[in-house]
Order: sequence, then structure tokens, then C-alpha cells
Amino acid sequence: MAEVSAQDAIAAPARPAKAPVWRLRAGPANAVPIILFLLIGFAAPLAAVIGYSVMPPRTFSLWQAPTLDNYESVFNSTSYISFLWSLGLAAVTVLLLALICYPVAYGLTRVFGRWATLLTLLFTIPLFVSENVRLYGWILFFIKNGVLLGTLKSWFGVELESWLFTEGIIVLGMVYVYLPFMLFPMTLGVSMVPTETRDAAFDLGATRWQVFKEVDLPLSMPGIIIGFLLSFVLAVGAIAEAKVLGGQQVIPITHDIEIAFTYAQNWPLGSALAVLLMLVVGALVLLVLRRFDLDIILGRR
Amino acid sequence: MSPAERSQRWRAALLWAWALSVVVFMYLPAVCLLLASSTSSRYFIFPITRWGFDWWQKTFDSIQIHELFKTSISIALLVTVIAVTIAFFGALAFARYDWKGRSLYQKIVLLPIFFPQSVLGLALLLWFNALGLPLSWKTAVFAHLVWIVPVVTLVISIQVYSFDPALEEAAFDLGATRWQVMKEVTLPVLFPGIFSGCLFAFLLSWGNFPLSLFTTGADTTVPEYLYAKMVAGYTPGVPVLGTVSTITAAILLLGGYGLIVLRRRARLK
Repeated sequence: MAEVSAQDAIAAPARPAKAPVWRLRAGPANAVPIILFLLIGFAAPLAAVIGYSVMPPRTFSLWQAPTLDNYESVFNSTSYISFLWSLGLAAVTVLLLALICYPVAYGLTRVFGRWATLLTLLFTIPLFVSENVRLYGWILFFIKNGVLLGTLKSWFGVELESWLFTEGIIVLGMVYVYLPFMLFPMTLGVSMVPTETRDAAFDLGATRWQVFKEVDLPLSMPGIIIGFLLSFVLAVGAIAEAKVLGGQQVIPITHDIEIAFTYAQNWPLGSALAVLLMLVVGALVLLVLRRFDLDIILGRR
Repeated sequence: MSPAERSQRWRAALLWAWALSVVVFMYLPAVCLLLASSTSSRYFIFPITRWGFDWWQKTFDSIQIHELFKTSISIALLVTVIAVTIAFFGALAFARYDWKGRSLYQKIVLLPIFFPQSVLGLALLLWFNALGLPLSWKTAVFAHLVWIVPVVTLVISIQVYSFDPALEEAAFDLGATRWQVMKEVTLPVLFPGIFSGCLFAFLLSWGNFPLSLFTTGADTTVPEYLYAKMVAGYTPGVPVLGTVSTITAAILLLGGYGLIVLRRRARLK
């Protein structure tokens, strides 16, 4: 003990320099539980999918001679149509979301003041109600004799065909479900634009459009891109919208995967499809995330 | 009023109108569910001719529904406790400490959020099968955690970013032990983040469908039951339960937020 205190006395001015050493070790130590958990809960299941995708078709065990049969039958099938539907619907959804959300994100940061928190909460609440239930609400709205058509009929005597089970309704459902996933990152992005920079641009005679193009857009880009990425990835994985609202007129890739797992009882084929979907999504996410410093977006400047 | 001011007003009014229409858009389905739940007839025909709450009565008297609630609540509570514990430390590593590999770690943690949940559910099903685990509500807890732990980590991290590490160091300098620092400084300061983390964990688990679908086995959660009923044909029990879910989420969130605001005010006094 005496030795330690003597050392401390000599090294007293060096105390602040000691702190970073301790910090360096505390960081990884705190990360251990979550990393272990993600290893068994996320990495291992994905490995299992990859493993199943190279098993012989219609088998249920992981310990057989690997084969590429499943990939071959995927490439020889019409699954690419489902892939294109998924990607196309997701792309349209994301573009619509960007147009819908930007004015709201701008308002939340600059115009609505103390009401912004309440509005944010209102946008959060639907996130916690199961997607199916909320889409079911849209069915009640659009169905024949439902809220929309029933009102039109009894008040104006207009009788229309229901719009359910069309591509348009699927897009509506997807825009509706994924709206918060675009809105919140976008709001974070817009709030990253310093008011001073905008004021300076205005003082220098920039027009409103110029400020938007040269200041607002580039400076809020990180948040906007995260919003695009998040909503696109989730929309590519969407399944409920096409099933519930689309009446299975359109079969997205996730539906193909589910069919392979349930009705067809062909786990290896479903796994091969899932691996291909994972590749598309994973490549996109890694490509985009690699370019970002999350500290800047999430709060530490 | 100068022309510039007037155009400013106009712009604000337009933004308000737009934002409020988006709010209406977000709540339109909930309103439809509420309407459909408050009719006495077996089928939903709008405008409603026979108003009544008999279906609420019937739904709440059903023993099957009680079982569903019990399963869903058990899953959500367990998920909340485990997720918040893991995520609390995860968030410290995410935002509090500077360490080599942190930037990579942040991206790994976010990866499950950026992943289609239905595919994740299937992957977990394959994994449980490979391990030979029987499916039940317990495997569903694990499945929910895979997606919810990263979300809660993110939620708590946002609070941790505004945390001043000097507070902890000051406590250490004053002779506090590591445990005391945790109990007296770190936890109270980060409380709002942890509290929102709990709310998120509970509600996201409560409302989750894609992960439960593949991992609950013979047990059934409320969203699964609702989906089965929707596919099988209309019953007014669906809108009743849907409305209950929406109102529960609203009360928990608005109430929770209210609590945080009250606590902050009490502190400032």
C-alpha cells in the first residue's frame, strides 16, 4: 500500500493521462454483452440460412453434402419478377416518402416550435401497433360499403368500385407503414443545418431556392440518406402490404420466400432466395453506412 | 405587416396544413377501426346504423383473449428487462467511451435494424431448428430481442451522447466506488433514455408480428391471432383488439413523456 501511495504522490500530475487508458478498456468491456448476443442471435442464424441454402432441395437437416441446386433452380425460375416487384415498389415508396416527409421534417425543426414534440409523439404511436392491424384499418376504409365508399354512397349517391387489391393501394400501404422510418432520420438531418449558415446565405442575397439547394440539402444529406436507406431496406422486406391490401395480386420476393418455407416445404429453396435478398440488402447497407460517421448524425459534433 | 412577413406566415400555415394532413393520414386507419368496433351488427357497413359496444364486451369476456394477452405481455415484459440491460451497456460502448473499433461496432449494432424482419424471423426459425430447440413463447422472446436490443441501444445512446463524462470522473475523484458512481451518477443522469428504452422495448415487442410468426410455435400472441382472424374472415373482435392496442400505445407513450416532463420540472425547482 505504501508503495502505491508513494507512486501516486510522484505521479500525481499524470493522473489525467491515466484516465484514457481506463476508458479504452471500459469501451470494449461494455460492448461485450451485446456483441456476444448478436453473434448467437444474428450472425449464427444468418449462417444457418446460408448453410440451408446449399443443402439438397426439400430436406430439413443441415448436415448433408453441399450442392448449388437451389441457386440453379432460382435462376431458372421466375423469381426475378418477384425481385423486381419488391425493388420497384420499394423505390416508388421511398421517393413518395421523401416528398411527403421533407416539409414535415422542415416544419418540425424550424416552424412548429414547442408543438414539435407532441407531433413527433403522434408520429411515433402508430409504430407500436402491429402493421397488420393498421393495414386492416385501411381495408375498412377502402372496402365496398366501408368508410370511404359508404359515405360517398349515402351522402352523394355516388357508387364507385373499390380500389382495394391494386398496385396503388399496396404503395399507399407501404408509404403509410414506413413513413416514420423516413421522417425521423430526415428530421435529425434537417436539424443538423445551423440556422446561422442559412441566415448568412440569405444575407448574402441567396434566394429561397438557392438556400434550399446549396445549404439545406447538402448539410442535411446524412440524415436524408439514412432515411432513404432505412425505408428502402424495410420496404424491400415488406410482405404484409401486398398480402393484406394487395390481395396477393402482386407477389413480392418475401412472399416467395414464405411460400417456399410453408406450403412448398422446401427450406433450402427458401433459404437460397433469402440469401439473395440478404446480399442485395446487405450490400446496400454496408455501402451506405461505411461512408458515415454516426457520431455526427446522432448528436456528438 | 410587411410582404416578407406575410409570405413567412403563409409558408408556416402551409407547413402546418401539410403536417396535420399527414397526421390525419396516419390516424385514419385507427379511426376506421374504432368505428368498426362500435357497431352491434355482425358485419361492418358504413354509415353505421346500430351503434353499440357489445363486441367490446364479448371480446373481453373471451378466455382465449385472456390467454393471448397473457402470452403477449409475458413476452413483452421479459424482452423489456433483458433488452434494456444489454442495451444499457451497449449504449455506453456506443456513445460514452472512445475506443478503437467503436465506429465498426456502431455499424454492427445497427445492422439488425436494417434487416427485413420477416427474413430475420425465418433465419431464427432455421437456427432454432438446427439447435433442436422446441419453439414456444420463450424462443419468441429471443427472436424479439435480436431486433429490439439494437433499437433500444440506439434510443439510449442518443441520451448518452448528451452525458458529460466529467460527472463520473468528478465522482471518482471524490472517492466514490465504481458501483456508487453507477448508482448515484450514471443511472440517474441517463434515466430518461433508459425509460424511453423500456417503453420502446415493451411496445415494439407487444406489436411485433413478423418475428413472432415464425418463432412462437404453438403459443399465440395478439398480433398473430389478429392476423389469423383477418385472413379467415371478418369478425368485429379484430377492430376491438386493434383499437385497444392503439389506445394502449398512445397512453403509455403520452403518459411516459408526461412523466419525464414532470420529473424535469420538479428537478429544476
